[in-house]
Amino acid sequence: MNLEQLQRTMLASVILPLTADEGMRERNAAGEPMEAVAGRFIRPNDRLTAFERLEIYNRQYWFRVQGAFQEDFPALRGVLGAERFEALANAYLQAHPSRSFTLRNLGSHLVDWLSANPAWAGRRIALALDVARVEWACVEAFDGAEFAPLTLAEIAGLDADSRLGLQPHLRLLALKYPADDLVLAMHQKQRREASEAGTRGEETGQTPEERIRLRRRATWLAVHRVDFSLYYKRLTRPEYRTLLAIGAGRALPEALERGFDGARISPANQIQAVRAWFTHWAELGWLCRADAGSKEQ
Amino acid sequence: MAGNRFNAFQNHGVGIGLRIPHYDHIFSHKPAVDWFEIISENYMIDGGRPLHLLDRIMEQYRVVQHGVSMYFGSVQGPDREHLRRLKTLVKRTGTPWLSDHLCWGSVDGTYSHDLLPLPYTWEAVEKTAARIREVRDFLEIPVAVENVSSYAEFTASEMTEWEFLNEVVERADCGILLDVNNIYVSSVNHSFAPMDYVNAVPAERVAQIHIAGHTRYERYILDTHDHPVIEPVWELYARAIERCGPTPTLLEWDDRIPSFDEVHAEARKAEKYLFAAQAGADAELAEVGR
Repeated sequence: MNLEQLQRTMLASVILPLTADEGMRERNAAGEPMEAVAGRFIRPNDRLTAFERLEIYNRQYWFRVQGAFQEDFPALRGVLGAERFEALANAYLQAHPSRSFTLRNLGSHLVDWLSANPAWAGRRIALALDVARVEWACVEAFDGAEFAPLTLAEIAGLDADSRLGLQPHLRLLALKYPADDLVLAMHQKQRREASEAGTRGEETGQTPEERIRLRRRATWLAVHRVDFSLYYKRLTRPEYRTLLAIGAGRALPEALERGFDGARISPANQIQAVRAWFTHWAELGWLCRADAGSKEQ
Repeated sequence: MAGNRFNAFQNHGVGIGLRIPHYDHIFSHKPAVDWFEIISENYMIDGGRPLHLLDRIMEQYRVVQHGVSMYFGSVQGPDREHLRRLKTLVKRTGTPWLSDHLCWGSVDGTYSHDLLPLPYTWEAVEKTAARIREVRDFLEIPVAVENVSSYAEFTASEMTEWEFLNEVVERADCGILLDVNNIYVSSVNHSFAPMDYVNAVPAERVAQIHIAGHTRYERYILDTHDHPVIEPVWELYARAIERCGPTPTLLEWDDRIPSFDEVHAEARKAEKYLFAAQAGADAELAEVGR
């Protein structure tokens, strides 16, 4: 077995799903006995068989990726309960093993995967999807780039054909539920438990499956960063749609047209709203030049 | 020996790994620490709080980068995005040298996020050394490779682990981050004499030393970095310092992390060995100057 064959065989074994009691499976996906697979390239010693030695790596892999995934989606776990969340995590991580040098990107496919595989969330799929969207937006907003923001005066000096950019850390979400409140509460709880446990990683018990009840209400949300801290800001539908169009590179008049499309707001009130939005967006530093990214790299 | 070309001739003293639970203590108490080791991957990002805090740390402390996912031993070539981000961080920190592990961990872009051991074969020697040279040339700073703890041995191996390490670093012309705890863990798991390993390492290539604790199970030891350093590991450290001279030393504590003071006090136990080695080196120098 050459180096490449060994690495392919070992990685396939390491990422093989664990049994219910967290051991290595007896057979791999091709139906081969894992004892024989391990024996082909791992030497046993006087204490451990080749299978048992390979199993150490198999278990470590799953404990590591499950731990990282759980850390990024504590509110989703709260919504689904520990058992269902664990099953979902295992299914997702089998479908999407890490393709990045950093575990930070582990959850990048979760929303799409869960949309295509709703059964894993059961009857709470709509809420679970919204919570997953908010939690993934938090991951992206936490360490996204921040370019030089435009001031209100700079924005006022732009002509009608101008194109603006949005800060990469600003994430825009259209939700069926007001999931931001729930995520905020669950993340605060997670931080509190970590802090109460002190720096030693004592087990603080499983997050209890709470009877979380949330009424459906269309919600438009911005997840963003100010002074290195994450914030949520509720948006109106026109505001959300305008920002989305700006982010997609539309010129301002077109972005505003898209934003107000279908909205029953008088022209006078639209002007007032736009003025208020831009003042607020400038204060929050959300707007930057469309080519800010290429200039700062 | 006050440093060598693999650690930019630096004698950093005793450092500890920079960990999030200690940030508050560091910023509020400004403890006297010789240096901090950072995990490169935690800062290979586009913006936000981690980079801001790193910049604040660098205002007052020396920082050295340590990576966990370069995977010098993986058969496929290095990920270009990874290298680009790593070089950006190297420019930001000004790290005098950079370390990562002598291991593999990915195939075709799928990552294990583990430090998987290599078979000790000539094929692995050649491929790993070539990759180390490629990375070092791209980053343009000295690179040191760390021996990993392992739980499996391969039927394909053609030499001992320390022979493999020596062949790789010789061919790559790179430094060694000698982890004496990893040597101990592997020596128990694979039944070899750890002192043979320490005695075989080319002392002139040791850029840095890691010390750490581990967890002993009934039939093997896991490298968990969640306990103080045990006496047999201090004995290996003492021998390494005796052979290498005063060498930048770093205590790793990554899980069940105690208070900053507790971690720092554990790390500073290394000073008695370093000071003794320094005194010996100074006396030798004075003798030469007479």
